[in-house]
Amino acid sequence: MADTETSVSARSPLAGHAARFAAATRRSGGAVRLAELPYLAQIDVRLDPKGPAADAVGLALGFPLPTQPNTVVHGGGSSALWLGPDEWLVVGRPGTRAELEGRLREAVGDEPAAVVDISAQRTALLVAGPRSRDLLSHGCALDLHPRSFGAGRCAQTLLARAQVVLAVRDELKPGFWVLVRSSFAGYLGDWLLDAATEYTGAV
Amino acid sequence: MSETTGQPFRLPEGGRIHRDEPLRFRFDDAEYTGFRGDTLASALLAGGVHRTGTSVRLGRPRGIFAAGSEEPNAVHQIEEPFPEPMLTATTVELYDGLVARSLPGRGRLADRPDPARYDARHAHCDLLVVGAGPAGLAAAATAARAGARVILADEQPELGGSLLAGRELPGWTREIGEELDAAPEVRVLRRTTVFGHYDDNYLLAVERRTNHLGAHAPAHLSRERIWRIRARHVILATGAHERSLAFAGNDRPGVMLAGAARTYAVRYAVVPGRRAVVLTTNDSAYAAALDLAAAGLEIAAVVDTRPQPGTWAQRAEQAGIEVLPGHAVVGTRGDTHVTSVTVAGYAEGRLTSSARQFTADLLLVSGGWNPVLQLYSQAGGRLRFDDALGCFVPDGCRQAVEAVGSANGTFGLGRCLAEGTAAAARAIAADPIPLPSFTDEPSSPAIQVFVVPGTDADGDGDHTHFVDLQRDVTVADLDRATGAGLGSVEHLKRYTTAGTAHDQGKTSGVLTSGVAAHLMGARIAELGTTTFRPPYTPVSFAALAGRDRGALHDPVRVTPLHDWHAAHGAVFENVGQWKRPWYYPQDGESMDAAVQRECRAAREGVAFMDASTLGKIDVQGPDAATFLDRLYTNMMSTLKTGMIRYGVMCRADGMVFDDGTVARIAEDRFLATTTTGNAAAVLEWMEEWLQTEWPELRVHLTSVTEQWATVALAGPLSRELLAGLAPRLAVDAESFPFMAWRDTKVAGIPARVCRISFSGELAYEINVLGWHAPALWDALYAAGRPLGLTPYGTETMHVLRAEKGYPIVGQDTDGTVTPQDLGMGWVVSKKKPDYMGKRSHARAESRRPDRKHLVGLLPDDPAVVLPEGTQLVAGSRLPEPPVPMLGHITSSYRSAALGRGFALGLVRGGRDRMGERLYAPVGGELVPVTVASPVLYDPEGARRDG
Repeated sequence: MADTETSVSARSPLAGHAARFAAATRRSGGAVRLAELPYLAQIDVRLDPKGPAADAVGLALGFPLPTQPNTVVHGGGSSALWLGPDEWLVVGRPGTRAELEGRLREAVGDEPAAVVDISAQRTALLVAGPRSRDLLSHGCALDLHPRSFGAGRCAQTLLARAQVVLAVRDELKPGFWVLVRSSFAGYLGDWLLDAATEYTGAV
Repeated sequence: MSETTGQPFRLPEGGRIHRDEPLRFRFDDAEYTGFRGDTLASALLAGGVHRTGTSVRLGRPRGIFAAGSEEPNAVHQIEEPFPEPMLTATTVELYDGLVARSLPGRGRLADRPDPARYDARHAHCDLLVVGAGPAGLAAAATAARAGARVILADEQPELGGSLLAGRELPGWTREIGEELDAAPEVRVLRRTTVFGHYDDNYLLAVERRTNHLGAHAPAHLSRERIWRIRARHVILATGAHERSLAFAGNDRPGVMLAGAARTYAVRYAVVPGRRAVVLTTNDSAYAAALDLAAAGLEIAAVVDTRPQPGTWAQRAEQAGIEVLPGHAVVGTRGDTHVTSVTVAGYAEGRLTSSARQFTADLLLVSGGWNPVLQLYSQAGGRLRFDDALGCFVPDGCRQAVEAVGSANGTFGLGRCLAEGTAAAARAIAADPIPLPSFTDEPSSPAIQVFVVPGTDADGDGDHTHFVDLQRDVTVADLDRATGAGLGSVEHLKRYTTAGTAHDQGKTSGVLTSGVAAHLMGARIAELGTTTFRPPYTPVSFAALAGRDRGALHDPVRVTPLHDWHAAHGAVFENVGQWKRPWYYPQDGESMDAAVQRECRAAREGVAFMDASTLGKIDVQGPDAATFLDRLYTNMMSTLKTGMIRYGVMCRADGMVFDDGTVARIAEDRFLATTTTGNAAAVLEWMEEWLQTEWPELRVHLTSVTEQWATVALAGPLSRELLAGLAPRLAVDAESFPFMAWRDTKVAGIPARVCRISFSGELAYEINVLGWHAPALWDALYAAGRPLGLTPYGTETMHVLRAEKGYPIVGQDTDGTVTPQDLGMGWVVSKKKPDYMGKRSHARAESRRPDRKHLVGLLPDDPAVVLPEGTQLVAGSRLPEPPVPMLGHITSSYRSAALGRGFALGLVRGGRDRMGERLYAPVGGELVPVTVASPVLYDPEGARRDG
């Protein structure tokens, strides 16, 4: 697969899982959907939520950074995930990381903030489908019921034995982003495929 | 009575078994049949098998005693379809092809891996109801109708609880079950035992999902599942267990709890005998006697310890059953099974008339009912002995938990239903639901009887008055214990082992307390019960391990280049959770040969390694330089943008914590690297100081360990290789000096190239985005092969650095070593006003000349490679122990460059011992070594610039 910025050939952490994810998705008959969402732009932003940098970043993104803990705001092709009182993860489409980082850095200006490109630090998994909550509940201790983890929610938590950032993807159909450190992605991919056996039928 | 073939004790009709699904099984090498819906115990009883084993301590025959998870005797080894030790026959659902064996004591673990899947799920709810008897069903339905999120867990395959063994409300049970199954926010967990109740209403349960299908269990479903449940409210509708009482010979096969016999008859259509005597202290056994009589069992007599039993006794007499009020059983006879029961008049603890013998093959016993409060107690609930009820009842809990129905000491069906709905309505602020009207029979009070004295004739001295059947504990044992002065039930438990068996004293615990109180002349209320601990019933380790076994036992972390390493034959080393290439043997090479070859390539040609696992931390903000000056022992604020500095971090005690490099990316931005194993610890350490001690510093830290993949390129030919791939990079030593970094493109890939060397050779570290690493590596390999480019692993890296005397934190240090001890005083700033560890470095102890120093050690015999960890002593002859130890070897290798074995070690006053001979005791020999500088290769550093 090509990285659109550089036309250099790139390989995502779960490229080797793609066929197995597709097969599991197919076998489940629509119950679960597993896929890697590779090369998303991911920029870590640290700043004072009450300071001028927060407003500037809000303007640059086209929406204010969420200040409600564990919530995510989408808009204009990017999303901002609240990770801490002064930390956000801004996620954009593949190929936009340099532009996004530049835009955010420019917005921050000379304010004491940090803008760090961490696009390759984690990869993203799509876990979707009517049984996606059940599938995640095999390894995630959070209450993922729509009443407590519905649209607009995100969290940093453990899935199986890997740290992940979990975000509700869609407002209508059940689906999640699972952002996982690249070095743990293979383990987590294997774990998800094993846990999905329940929903994908006999091996 | 027509007899079902091979099942002489099966009733011709009735029960909840599926007669159209006969199942064949083996027990102790004999063939039997039962039906779907049977337990192993009910099927054995149908086949006429009572005796299910031999007691552990005394070797006495024992038989099926109960009908549920409280069973103390019928604990079996399952042989097929997969060996499992110590399963309780009363809880094993029968399946076709089951092979079981009785156990004299311990079971046997399988000698092969379990092929079944096991897993876990987390679940959350507004209300967890444990137990699907009448009270539990009423509670669950109440919450479900209010739209609450409900989990209803029950250990049986069918909902109904005690209703399954009775004849009441069959329609209501079915309707409520269907309603709950259909409710969208209700999860009904059948075959699920809640076995642990922890703080904050966190409960663990095990669901037996496919065990009952035997060899036909679908392979893709987990066989057992652990449920980790977080509940806002918990209602325990866990029912009650019947208890026995202590009388002579109360352990023979054929002695059975009265309620259990009723369960076998009503639920399983099995009569556990032909002619029974019933011994009771309360009303409940009469219902059992009447049901059993209706099923065709002959009731020889109901022996009631109460002088005036009340209306239930009249009903029994009307049914033609002889009732003996004010009597008790004083003995049983029979070799391997009860053949007769001896009865005598009884009042207030004494025998009042001579004995009378009844021929019987069954003795049904009811000494009263114990509310099942194990979970309540685990949750922190207090228990109180209720004298009127003759049992322990709940007495308040700090958690949002309530016991209802017979678990609350409420024994009438109508009252159980009402209590269930009321508790649920309270818990979730809903309305109670309408319930079927059910009028409880009037009852007569029970009396508390724990011990029936033996007759003078049997003269057994209480040695067959059993209290704990599974542990073979008798009244005589308790008598000896109390006689020895043990007054607490906890002490009695440990002294006699009563209640410590597989069944955790479910039928014996209260009896133990009651007998002990009787022996001490105390009140049972004062003695109380022993502490209940999880699990309520045994849980298999396979279930608890779940998916965490085999390849998924612990995460394996890999770099983006892992597949290449594996494809090129790398042997991997575990570094924390990382897999790192250790060395790359070629064509059957030994490790030693591979490492020598890789070392030569790096020293003489060019070699490359995957260094992506190094920790990397982005340090950003106006005060970043100040922050780093405080954390590292050396000065970082003077570093120029574009340059890199080696740095050491100490803890406050002055001991080396980690080392790495710091690159200045911009005036207010640095990139710090850590050792692989300490990446997380260093980030946490930095955050701790930043957040708790120096919040005024405007600095942010971000882990970028996996953002960047790092390829180390080392060797005299590395510049040539790099120059060919990075045409825009001026690679000459003047333009690109040692400890500088440059952003450029390598093989067309955006890269940050650092001139860092961990080998002393001309070397580079090329950093690219993780997803570009394979392309970079492939390009290097293609371009480098004509130059002899050789991949090398961590072992070669270790040899190369050791030849240069570069320490590895955690290998050459152990938390007691200062930078000065390592001979790295140069890395400790004398100008800075402060840094972490400065005050400790000033202590007299840190300045003692006889501290252990890192030195090189050269064995006199160059062929010798000493084992790491070897001690170092002074003389060529060992004195009498204790032998003064001067130090030990921390690193030891064979060096291709030096043509000999060599080592690094920590030696007391080592720097003042240069040239001194020390001795290393190895396998009975004292190997002579000479102390040398730790820098053994290229001490002038001439090779660094190529």
